[in-house]
Amino acid sequence: MTAIQVAPVPVPVGQDPAVRVRGLVKRYGGRAVVDGVDLDVRRGEVFALLGPNGAGKTTTVEVLEGVRRRDGGEVTVLGEDPATAGRGWRDRIGVVAQSTGVGDALTVRETLDHFARYHGTARPTAELLAAVGLPEAAGTRVARLSGGQRRRLEVALGVQGRPELLFLDEPTTGMDPVARRRFWDLVRGLRAGGTTVVLTTHYLDEAAELADRVGVLADGRLVDVAPPGELGAQLRRVATVRWTEDGATREVRTPEPAAVLRDLLAAHPAGEVPGLTVTRPGLEDVYLSLVGATPEGETR
Amino acid sequence: MTAVLTPATTRPAPPSALAIGLARTGLELRLFVRDPAQVVFSFAYPIVMLVIFASVFAGEDRPGGVPFAQYFLAGIAATGIMLTSFQAVGTALAEERERGDLARLQVIGTPPLGYFLGKAGQVLVTTVLQLAVLLTVAATVYDVSLPTGVGRWLTFAWVVLLGAVAGTVLGTAVASAGSSRAVGNGISAFAVVLQFFSGVFFVFSELPSWMQEVAAVFPLKWLVQGMRSVFLPDAAAAAEPAGSWEHGTTALVLAAWVVVGLVVCARTFRWRRTA
Repeated sequence: MTAIQVAPVPVPVGQDPAVRVRGLVKRYGGRAVVDGVDLDVRRGEVFALLGPNGAGKTTTVEVLEGVRRRDGGEVTVLGEDPATAGRGWRDRIGVVAQSTGVGDALTVRETLDHFARYHGTARPTAELLAAVGLPEAAGTRVARLSGGQRRRLEVALGVQGRPELLFLDEPTTGMDPVARRRFWDLVRGLRAGGTTVVLTTHYLDEAAELADRVGVLADGRLVDVAPPGELGAQLRRVATVRWTEDGATREVRTPEPAAVLRDLLAAHPAGEVPGLTVTRPGLEDVYLSLVGATPEGETR
Repeated sequence: MTAVLTPATTRPAPPSALAIGLARTGLELRLFVRDPAQVVFSFAYPIVMLVIFASVFAGEDRPGGVPFAQYFLAGIAATGIMLTSFQAVGTALAEERERGDLARLQVIGTPPLGYFLGKAGQVLVTTVLQLAVLLTVAATVYDVSLPTGVGRWLTFAWVVLLGAVAGTVLGTAVASAGSSRAVGNGISAFAVVLQFFSGVFFVFSELPSWMQEVAAVFPLKWLVQGMRSVFLPDAAAAAEPAGSWEHGTTALVLAAWVVVGLVVCARTFRWRRTA
């Protein structure tokens, strides 16, 4: 889908991180839904918070956005504490949330034109419509938009104020594959221009496609932070060697598959080892292990 | 194809609360006219009240030989103000909070004052239009003679303004009390009872004194009294509880409610139901 690969802007070295979180705790009714999260998001990177539903992704992001109080820990976003930061700070961040209304009675264009008036500086409506792929729906009342179109309008509102830091909470929910690809392009375009992006998702492919680094959240704790290709480094080193012996599948999980293979070959001097495979865990396997949901049919 | 989108390098300060209040007044009015149910209710309710009162009690006169329609025009106008300010704002705000519209305003950095000014602006415009329709119908269909003196209209202006502002502030204050259902039902029930107590449906001076005393705590009674001072002849002042129109007390009570409401708003206003 991407016709032109945009060279990423180098992340400035030595600058304060866009987001710095230490020991973040948020409780609901005594239960910690975010339980001691440490997190740094560098300026200019796309950081994905990946995790199953209920892992604490939205709560974490809402604390960073300054719309939810925290029960413990230190949080700095663009140099300020979101709990006390003012309008100037808020105008530097953009938010695409899950539970914000857009109103129903206005058209898409009227909505964008109206909210442009809240920002110190705003992207032109036509540019926004083009960026999210909604020009043909500009005259449509918001009430008549499909779920995916509405989501795109919300994305447009999120980037309207030319934010330095953009929060995207499950941004592609309800989008069809074409809209999703277009949205990914939009995020790449934002990154190329130097916008820092924090996004939550439960789609692995989305995190792998967009993120410079991925933080995996499970039960309110950050269980790993790494570039998507390096997530679960420990887990990835473990290969699974499978073969058939006496009509049954045998399986060995080992960090040193070559040693297992040498033994196997020695035991089969005549030639082939029936049903022999060596597999390393893919992103999905690693992710499922990290969040504590072992893939079906696999032994640990 | 990927378009490069850069953040702002220079960023002017965000627009003032007043500028956002003006933008929101326009928006609120546009949303109002696009909601036919709200338009009909706001404009038709006082007219229907007038038609009913004038028809049921046709021919009867009230204290000082004032025709019925003229006497109750005061109460109907005051009810109309309460409707377009207190009831409309309280109900709408609770719904907006529940729908997440306010959460959007929060993340976009709206100053609460700007949001409030938008509500107040919309209330003032709709109240003035509603009263214009009501007075036109009263004058043309029911031959109510409207005041001619400038002083009367000045009184009318400040009573409407203070009443609408008090209603907007108090509507905003009560909207934080619960779910939109609870708030909507609570406001409707309270408004009806208050109308009985405040002399909207009956001649105030004929109500039991304990009801008069309860009513005197709340703004509606003063709003109705202020309106009587506009629409009734001077001689009718003798029938008032104090034997006069009590303009000073009226202004004080309404202003006090504005202050109380503002304090409550400042302490309890929330963009979301939970934080």
